[in-house]
Amino acid sequence: MAKKKYGRNNHQPTVLAHQIGKWWWLFLLPVVLAFVIGFVWPFFQGIYLSFCKFKTTSDATLIGFSNYSRALSDPAFVHSFWYSALFAVTSLVFINIPAFAVAYALTQDIKGSNLYRTVFFMPNLIGGIVLGYIWSMIFDGVLSHYNTSILLNSTYGFWGLIILICWQQIGYMMIIYIAGLQAVPTDMIEAAEIDGASKWQTLFKVIIPNVMPSITICMFLSITNGFKLFDQNLALTGGQPFVMNPDGTTIKKTEMLALNIYNTFYNSNAASRGTAQAKAVIFFILVAALGLIQLKFTRDKEVQQ
Amino acid sequence: MNKNKSKNNKTILSVVLGIICVIYVLPMVVVVLNSFKQNTYVKTNTFAVPTGEMWAGFDNFVKGMTFGNYPFANSAGYSVLITVVSTALILLFTSMAAWFIARVDSKVCRAVYYLCVFSMVVPFQMVMFTLSKTADTLKLNTPWTIPVVYLGFGAGLAIFMFVGFVKSIPLEIEEAAAIDGAGPVKTFFQIVLPMMKPTLISVGILEIMWVWNDYLLPYLVLDRTKYMTIPIHIQFLKGSYGTVDLGATMALILLSIIPVIVFYLLCQKHIIKGVAAGAVKG
Repeated sequence: MAKKKYGRNNHQPTVLAHQIGKWWWLFLLPVVLAFVIGFVWPFFQGIYLSFCKFKTTSDATLIGFSNYSRALSDPAFVHSFWYSALFAVTSLVFINIPAFAVAYALTQDIKGSNLYRTVFFMPNLIGGIVLGYIWSMIFDGVLSHYNTSILLNSTYGFWGLIILICWQQIGYMMIIYIAGLQAVPTDMIEAAEIDGASKWQTLFKVIIPNVMPSITICMFLSITNGFKLFDQNLALTGGQPFVMNPDGTTIKKTEMLALNIYNTFYNSNAASRGTAQAKAVIFFILVAALGLIQLKFTRDKEVQQ
Repeated sequence: MNKNKSKNNKTILSVVLGIICVIYVLPMVVVVLNSFKQNTYVKTNTFAVPTGEMWAGFDNFVKGMTFGNYPFANSAGYSVLITVVSTALILLFTSMAAWFIARVDSKVCRAVYYLCVFSMVVPFQMVMFTLSKTADTLKLNTPWTIPVVYLGFGAGLAIFMFVGFVKSIPLEIEEAAAIDGAGPVKTFFQIVLPMMKPTLISVGILEIMWVWNDYLLPYLVLDRTKYMTIPIHIQFLKGSYGTVDLGATMALILLSIIPVIVFYLLCQKHIIKGVAAGAVKG
């Protein structure tokens, strides 16, 4: 699908382009320099270091793939992967269904919908660390009556984090769904009603197919956010409770991928930093793959329309 | 009849949503209640209204200011400084670069653009170790220099959104300015930048929300013995659990949320629009 391009053919440099080009040191250079410092150099150095044995960046020696085999055979890392996956899928369901329901209700032209929208979105602005602290106080306020704590039971830890993340992100997804719902042509809905379709039929046969792009975006966002979650995980449980294996290794029951990588870098033997960097590369590949699948999905949808 | 029924349904729906809303703000109410409560009662009577001997008044706020041997005012000040300077830097330099990339459209420009898009899918954990070492070496570990790190790591989304916008501006306006004798600098600042206003607001909101709430990047990059931000400060207090005055901590949390809520209520429309734009594109 060739979109109409504004201006001239891209490959013929215009007079304007030539004039602007002389100012590259002012317009382009600052961002490129900062980008090299803040992203490009750390990224490639990170990939290089994942094949090295190192304690700091200056004492690296190449050792091949052994960091990767150590990472993949680390039971704590494998546990954190499955834990994150379970969390991502569960949060996907518990965020998106209420978010869509609320968005649908708020687009029904009811009283006070602006106020409700304001309230539902508000938790989204509070940072993950502060959120974690607020909810750990609330959960422990309830659980202390039963002589337990969110730090002692991994089931509470899991569902506690789900409740927290729902509170934070339902409003966010709701905004995306509202935008999608408002873009559904009203004559389509009216036509369905005239043809005698019930409310539910209209919802499932007309409205939902029309907001599929928003649904795809929200589903991928919740999955990626679930895998990348760090601040809330650190502040709410910090991976507790810890369980000792018979072989001496420790499994942190509620530790997710990002926190596991962080702990391997900074809270264990400095000799395991190579393993930590290898874990980080694996984590990057996972998140990037999710991003690419999302891109493919949204592109396919565009072609269909 | 039918109309009445649908009206009734809407009223019921509105009431149900109202109740959910009340439940939704309860956690905030609990924070407010506990910030005025004596420390010992926060854990045992979390949901009680602080009356009688539970009432601590504004003591918690006074105590919280010097809590953890680090003045909270400093953390708040550094948070404001870092957020304002980083957002300003990002907005100025990425909008300039995006215009250059969209208009010059050379091989280098495309390479920079695709690298920026690529950087959006890279999680922070991938670069955190090497980035914090690089920042240390280059002395970017102070609140005055850390905005350079934010400009570098946060350039991706900003460049992506700005380039998308510039491509939708017709070239003719800029060409007319060039014919009138305006140089590229004048053209950009007097003609292009004002047209970019809606995208500037969207990107600005996204960057403010990111930098203000960010914990790990400043925690790893800043020289922690000298500088803290609000999230670092809160996490630091939680780390010393048991010895901590919970009432005073809640007071600090309340203090750190209030500016966010005020900011939200003032620019609600822009925030919701900016977030939606960022989500759909990112």
